[in-house]
Amino acid sequence: MAKMTLEELRALRDEKKKDLNKRDVADKTKQVVIGMGTCGIAAGAKDTLNAFLQELDAQHLTDVLITQTGCMGLCYVEPTIEVIAPEMPNVIYGKVTPDVAKTIVRDHLVNKKMVSEHIFDRPAADIIDRGGK
Amino acid sequence: MHRTICDFLLDIIQNSIEADASGIVVEVIQSESLFEATVGDDGCGMSEEELKRAQDPFYSKQGKHDHRKAGLGIPFLMQTASMTGGQVDIQSQQGIGTSVRLVLPVDHIDTPPVGDMVGTFTAALSYPGSFGMVIKRSAAASAGEDSYVLDRIQLQETLGELETGVSLNLLRRYIASQEASVQELLNSRVKSVKEAVHGKDDPRRA
Repeated sequence: MAKMTLEELRALRDEKKKDLNKRDVADKTKQVVIGMGTCGIAAGAKDTLNAFLQELDAQHLTDVLITQTGCMGLCYVEPTIEVIAPEMPNVIYGKVTPDVAKTIVRDHLVNKKMVSEHIFDRPAADIIDRGGK
Repeated sequence: MHRTICDFLLDIIQNSIEADASGIVVEVIQSESLFEATVGDDGCGMSEEELKRAQDPFYSKQGKHDHRKAGLGIPFLMQTASMTGGQVDIQSQQGIGTSVRLVLPVDHIDTPPVGDMVGTFTAALSYPGSFGMVIKRSAAASAGEDSYVLDRIQLQETLGELETGVSLNLLRRYIASQEASVQELLNSRVKSVKEAVHGKDDPRRA
């Protein structure tokens, strides 16, 4: 594989520009926050981050912010992530392996349906029962 | 416990970010037998007493996790170095910054695999905050053609803020293209060593 130069990287970005959401960061509507504390890293949060990136690319989702944070306090169910999306409650998911990450992108971010078996915090039980509706 | 050396590296880098560093320099040099990394920052630093306490797994700096008493990053690192004959050297001065140097033998049976360097650098460079970070990566004793430098400010100028799926995927692709030549050189060296030990026709040389 030939080394890419910064100019080539810039050209690639310009190529993607038509797909890029040009709004300011504050206007982005969907956000995935990944817990990258020592506990998260030890449980494979880096692989989870990679899986999110791959699936967002596969689903052509350009308006999703991916940010990292430290420990969310749920070390026993790492990797943990929080998903913030319009018309959905904020949800903290636990045990988010790469496969679960891909399911969350498809179900929660695309189809607006929560992945109930991995919810560990935030929505009340009755909301979980209704699949987040 | 961390599963790969890269997990330790990411943990150390995050310590620098959380120490409010405005500048972080990461250097990673690898040979067929050694993994060496240095992470230096100009963050808040630690007093001698704090440095001693950071090595205690039942201590965590208050303010970071107000209700928690465990801080496992540095203790995990020291335990792994001690198990494998590696070294961890931490120099810190309050108000000046901290430097952590890690050396691990990659061929020791208890050393975890090196892991995903591309994912580690992607995560480190895209951690939120207004810090600068320069990552220097190379194979040991090479002529330099494999080595590369990642400058966070330069990458932000090229890609914009490193926080959308699109920009992070491009960042990952860019780093992968840089890392490929390091991996190629390391793989060819490992192959040469195996051939020298086992002979060319031995199936273990692959």
